[in-house]
Amino acid sequence: MVKKDYSDVISKIDMIALKIYNDFLKTEVPSIDLPTRTKANIRFDEKLNVWKYGNNTTQRNAKSLDGAYMLLRTMYMADFIKEMIRVNKSSTLREMYYISEGWDLAKFHSQQESNLLAEDLEVITKCMREDFKLRPEEDGARVIGNLTIEEVTRNNTKKKIHCQDDVGDAGYSIPYNVEPEKITFKSVDADFAIAIETGGMFDRLVENGFDTTHRAILVHLKGQPARSTRRFIKRLNTELNIPIVVFTDCDPWSYRIFASIAYGAIKTAHISEYLATPSSQFLGVTPSDIENYDLPTDNLTKEDINALKSELTDPRFQDSFWKGEIKLQLKIGKKSEQQALAKYGLDYVTDTYLPEKLTEMGILKK
Amino acid sequence: MATVTALELAKKQKEISVAEFFERNKHILGFGNQTRALVTSVKEGVDNSLDACEEANILPDIYVEIQNGEDSECKLIIEDNGPGVVKKQIPHIFGRLLYGSRFHAIRQSRGQQGIGISAVVLYGQLTTGKHARIISKIKPDRPAIMNEIAIDTNKNRAEVLNEDTIHWDKPTGTRIEVSILGDFKRGKRFVYDYLQSTSIVNPHAQIIYREPDGTEHVFERICETLPRKPSEIKPHPYGVELGTLIKMAKHTKARQLNSFLKTEFSSMGDRTTNAVIEKAGLEKNLNPKTMTRDQFLALHKAFKKVKIMAPSTDCLSPIGETLIKRSLKHETQEISPEFIVTASRPASVYSGNPFQVEVGLVYGGKLPKDEPVKLLRFANRVPLLYQQGGCVITSAISSIDWRRYGLNQPSGKGIPTGPAIFLAHVSSTLIPFTSESKEAIADVPEIENEIKLAFRECARKVQQHIHKKVRRAKTREKFDLITRILPEIAKKSAHMLNKPVPVLDPIITKIMDVVWIEDAVEYEEVPRPMVQTTLTGETESMEKKGGTITKSRILVVNYKQTPQKFNLYALIPEDAIVGTVTPKPSKVTDRFIKWNLDTIPSASKVDVYFELAGLEKGDFDENELYVENINPAYVIGADKWEGD
Repeated sequence: MVKKDYSDVISKIDMIALKIYNDFLKTEVPSIDLPTRTKANIRFDEKLNVWKYGNNTTQRNAKSLDGAYMLLRTMYMADFIKEMIRVNKSSTLREMYYISEGWDLAKFHSQQESNLLAEDLEVITKCMREDFKLRPEEDGARVIGNLTIEEVTRNNTKKKIHCQDDVGDAGYSIPYNVEPEKITFKSVDADFAIAIETGGMFDRLVENGFDTTHRAILVHLKGQPARSTRRFIKRLNTELNIPIVVFTDCDPWSYRIFASIAYGAIKTAHISEYLATPSSQFLGVTPSDIENYDLPTDNLTKEDINALKSELTDPRFQDSFWKGEIKLQLKIGKKSEQQALAKYGLDYVTDTYLPEKLTEMGILKK
Repeated sequence: MATVTALELAKKQKEISVAEFFERNKHILGFGNQTRALVTSVKEGVDNSLDACEEANILPDIYVEIQNGEDSECKLIIEDNGPGVVKKQIPHIFGRLLYGSRFHAIRQSRGQQGIGISAVVLYGQLTTGKHARIISKIKPDRPAIMNEIAIDTNKNRAEVLNEDTIHWDKPTGTRIEVSILGDFKRGKRFVYDYLQSTSIVNPHAQIIYREPDGTEHVFERICETLPRKPSEIKPHPYGVELGTLIKMAKHTKARQLNSFLKTEFSSMGDRTTNAVIEKAGLEKNLNPKTMTRDQFLALHKAFKKVKIMAPSTDCLSPIGETLIKRSLKHETQEISPEFIVTASRPASVYSGNPFQVEVGLVYGGKLPKDEPVKLLRFANRVPLLYQQGGCVITSAISSIDWRRYGLNQPSGKGIPTGPAIFLAHVSSTLIPFTSESKEAIADVPEIENEIKLAFRECARKVQQHIHKKVRRAKTREKFDLITRILPEIAKKSAHMLNKPVPVLDPIITKIMDVVWIEDAVEYEEVPRPMVQTTLTGETESMEKKGGTITKSRILVVNYKQTPQKFNLYALIPEDAIVGTVTPKPSKVTDRFIKWNLDTIPSASKVDVYFELAGLEKGDFDENELYVENINPAYVIGADKWEGD
């Protein structure tokens, strides 16, 4: 494994400390500016073809108690990261949260807070969490398909894994680090990759042998996909030229899963170009599918309706496809699940639904 | 049908006996049901005792006991350390309705009509058939007299059935034992409430109350001085009825109209007297005894047409703000309220009757937040327990929009909801009760207005207090920030960069940007001063036993970026004596201390200190501070000085 050079990371972290320190010297209220991380402040980047943070910034300053606490925590976290780099250790986000218990005034009240601040630090320094030696505790999802990966294992040996022959029915498990220093793609023989929201549907496609019958790479998203999963999909697409389709439930939350894969998530818009796959397409289940396939449904809840309405004002959903589908769903007031397709039998999804939809999308030739 | 002759009618016409009168009117007299009867009986007895003690200049020690007999018969015992009653008067006072010394006097007193205690004796006799026992002792060196009395209901006279002299340890005092029908189970709470309330407005009295099961409640005396004795005054022309005027003229010793007016009425000087006589179109040397009804009528009308000075208010004996506050504090100890504010109005007049309103407000602590505020109503130091809805105190409170003052009040009318107790005390030579049971004060506009003004003043203090609290909390946050977090941020950033920790003072003043005033009040018990015997052998009298020195420390810190110079005022209670004051004040009055503070440089502080004597611990527990010659928005902990 290549020994990474962290001097750039350290100098970027020190810039934060220096900004604060100089504020004190200049008798200015200590403050840090960072892009506003909300729906209202994401802009489409024409060059990168993904959604990034816009020009709105938020200032954290020591005028208010909350702001001062944030600054203090930022300093503690920055110092902690520097220390990890120095002693060549890494920690999970959860471990860092527990370590912060010893930070006295700067301790966090929940892991949510410390996770968000870690993201803030990425945004401010334009570094990646991996640069900070921080990793998530959630693992990436599973992959099955005609794909050979070479992974550098913990013993520092390279190991080739074929994602059909070398794995069981659970598939290849995507590690938290999917950078070239950790995994490389050796060979592939597939026409497209299909990213699937639920484990049940992933297993259905595996059992029915969809990966071999339709030359597909199956990727399980495990709900809202982890960064490593999105990064993995991105690399499949850009390095191996594999088209990506996304197959989810038919509800507003699933559309956000798609958006995070295709356009970039609001929370991680600072690294959208790194995580998002702009060319990925939404396969379904769409609200139109509910009508066309006469699928079993549930009524939309109040939360669903609010989420749909919020998506109507989300800049990422402003094309005619999404506007049409979301409005249709609000009109019919129904939602459905991927597995509702079982209404027509266990093989219906692999024999009929997916082939029809993929053909419609131009991925399968007639 | 045969006509009935006057003679035949006359056979049926007879005097109504007091018993009959009582039976017919018992609801208006406060004996409407067994619960009310019990409370009213306690009330009449205790009122009587308090009045007797005060008239004799004795600090009241009152003992109340209720014993539960069979069924709902209660034995009520009320004992005091008053002057006692001379033997001859016992049957009159305790056994004759409408007999008393206070009815004719115009001054503030608890009972007035003389229906009081004798009604209890009568009620007891009517409901239980048992006679009341009265023990009285009028001199320490004479034995006590014990009387058992019965009321002859036809003659409105008391008969003494048994008379004895007995030994009684008390130097002087009166004890009454009377059996009545009463519902203790239901009345229990009311009796307690009544005694507790009585104790609040009579801080000079000690009341011990023993319940049937032996539970004893002690309502302690918290003030060692008797209330000022109200003086008697003559009737004011504005308040006199035509009939009374005619009667007064009949009995006067004056031979001429002008001297009659000047001697028999209050506030009638030469000029006013002449103006009234002229307005009435009468001669000043008219003999009042021979005046005609028309002449009286003209005179009565003329009173109203002339501007007559308000009567003197010496006849009133208000409790005073300090004592109300002390009482409320004592009684609400368990609730540990956040604060207690009081307001006292100057004496005023309705229809020629002087009256005065005092109010108090207890806020916060363990008081329930979602219940209507508790009202404590008092008239001449007597708690009013019933008919709250029909009382002018209630309507005055209801007409104030309390939402502005941090209490809940749907639609801005009615009794507000919130963690508070309201106290209102009306003292007057003639409380205009709505009925004989004396439970509610009638809707007199002048009184309502005064109550409103008093409560508004209290409410403003509450608002100020809340406002101050909120601003302080906000600034307290900043304080936290500059004293704890900012230095940490500076330290951490310096540590990361391996640089020296930067100087914080300038940035602290920049973030705070206020003048911060903080105060603390503490008390020091000083030992009783040595009693010095002078050469003449007289010992110097001491005003109070022992003493407390109230010490107030005020810290002023200039967290502005520029030097500040301003004047500071601290309000002090009127009855306080100012001791040491530092720095040297520029003015001390009986209401405030004023300092012209020297210029305070940025990030510097000034300590201000003063001592007060003549107060008890807790009487002064929070500084009221004001500033002048500085934008009050810059100042936390003091308000704008609005002038004297």
